[in-house]
Amino acid sequence: MNSIWLMIAQRLGLGLVTLFVISLLIFGAVELLPGDLAEEMLGQSATPETVAAFRRELGLDLPAYERYLNWLGGVVQGDFGNSLANGRPITDLIAGRLGNTLFLALYAAAIAVPLALILGILAALYRNSWFDRAINVFTLSSISFPEFFVAYILIFYLAQTGWFPSIAKITPDATLGEKLYRTFLPALTLTLVVTAHMMRMTRAAIINLLASPYIEMARLKGMSPGRIIVKHALPNALAPIINVVALNLAYLITGVVVVEVVFVYPGLGQLMVDSVSKRDITVVQAASLIFACAYVLLNLTADVLSTLSNPRLVHKR
Amino acid sequence: MDAFIGFLTVLLWIAAVIVAAAGVAWVFKTAAIALAPAGVAKVLRTAPLTASFGIIVIIIYVAVAILAPFIAPFGEREVVGGQYLPWTATHLLGTDNLGRDMLSRLIYGARNTVGIAFITTGLAFALGSVFGLLAATVGGWLDQLLSRIVDILMAIPSLIFALLLLTIVGTSVVNMILVIALIDSTRVYRLARAVAMNIVVMDYVEAARLRGEGLWRLIVREILPNASAPLIAEFGLRFCFVFLMISALSFLGLGIQPPTADWGSMVRDNATLITFGDITPLLPAGAIALLTVGVNFVVDWMLHRASGLKE
Repeated sequence: MNSIWLMIAQRLGLGLVTLFVISLLIFGAVELLPGDLAEEMLGQSATPETVAAFRRELGLDLPAYERYLNWLGGVVQGDFGNSLANGRPITDLIAGRLGNTLFLALYAAAIAVPLALILGILAALYRNSWFDRAINVFTLSSISFPEFFVAYILIFYLAQTGWFPSIAKITPDATLGEKLYRTFLPALTLTLVVTAHMMRMTRAAIINLLASPYIEMARLKGMSPGRIIVKHALPNALAPIINVVALNLAYLITGVVVVEVVFVYPGLGQLMVDSVSKRDITVVQAASLIFACAYVLLNLTADVLSTLSNPRLVHKR
Repeated sequence: MDAFIGFLTVLLWIAAVIVAAAGVAWVFKTAAIALAPAGVAKVLRTAPLTASFGIIVIIIYVAVAILAPFIAPFGEREVVGGQYLPWTATHLLGTDNLGRDMLSRLIYGARNTVGIAFITTGLAFALGSVFGLLAATVGGWLDQLLSRIVDILMAIPSLIFALLLLTIVGTSVVNMILVIALIDSTRVYRLARAVAMNIVVMDYVEAARLRGEGLWRLIVREILPNASAPLIAEFGLRFCFVFLMISALSFLGLGIQPPTADWGSMVRDNATLITFGDITPLLPAGAIALLTVGVNFVVDWMLHRASGLKE
């Protein structure tokens, strides 16, 4: 029992190191500018005095490592500094939006994960049938489609008829049901984009196992194909499936940026895109750090969970 | 009931499109086998219908991109009429938000969007494969250094990283090409290094080393030819990713800038039409999707051939 906790602690430690390096990279990338932030922001016409004043205000007169430590110290306490564009604290800008983005991603995941698993198992069960082939072509093409294409097709067919709103405007006091209804189309878009890959991997992982001797034994005993897959193949296919689920949830993080813009959804992705066009570097840094954290955490969770799903690793001899 | 009939029409359309695509692919395959020299024809005969469909899609896109000024009825940036005109005989696909001819911009978009994606992929490939092969051949501290740098760069999701870098260097086409090439070269590096690692330990490379071949010659003449098959398949796959990423950035208004005709920004500019039940803005998005599907089909076939798998 001890060794498994040690391993998990090790992975968590490694994750922390990764996050630290990412924060260094996100902070350090700005240092690559030929001038510095103040000159870049104020432009050519700024007098040396205003540049100097601006620098002092941003703390740019301090050495780089000191600024990094200040920034990191703030971030750990939930303070990302102020926006360059409007001077408001970034934490205020992000607070509500982060919740919205998480809500959308979780909503999409709640539809996509069960759907992908069921479709993958069915495709493995009826492999090489018409059902399998149809699903295969459908998923291959939905992988190749840009997210906004899927989104606009859904708007065209489902919002045109008036069934669902094409703009996912949500107010803080909306009820859960209303929120689910209003964000249905963006969630469905993300689901379609993500399901394909998860389903294909589930199918592949199960079919891989079907060739092993113990499955043949079960078949010879006269077990039904459905029972063989659910009872015997699925537990052994869990590790790769968990991995691919986590990878795709991590993919949701990037997908969410484009989808939020299409549906004018007030999330973190849209804030980031707006800030990129305004070159609001501090906000973009904060958003990148949050997205990267989510990405690293998901990968870490997948790593730990897929180890835990393997009894041979949990009970080491 | 209306909705049900609508759903059936959609299904019917999808079926019709699939049948038409299969027909075109079959005709193209038969014609190509009859016309091509014996060696090429033999290879083509093994291609599944999906792959021949992919090949013909790619050929059409390249032809349109090269011949754009001759095919397009109007200029790329020319304002030819009112805004959002419907489909007519003069403007086959109507006009866009500034009154430019939609069809012409779609045709010029093939040149700009595909061209820029191709340049970016090429750059990412040159960068990634040179460093990947170098790391595998030289090994030691250089390998460690490059691999750790790549690990760090890959720890951030690529679209987010691209947005971060674009904020810092500013949005322009050149910057976007460089940023995406840098981010994607990390993926190419991984593959090139992994492939070359298996080749470097072979006896013939050892012999070449003992013969006194220089590093450059060793990489280009001995290792690269054996590593080329998986790298070429990867090129197709990478192209799809780069193409989708550039379209996404352009769609977000951070990639290819107006007035250059580009499919991603064309969707963005004309998106309001969709809410009025007009499918015109879907066409550039569909053009992007069709090319990615085509390239994916061909890559699928090439990977299948390279791995020597038979049905």
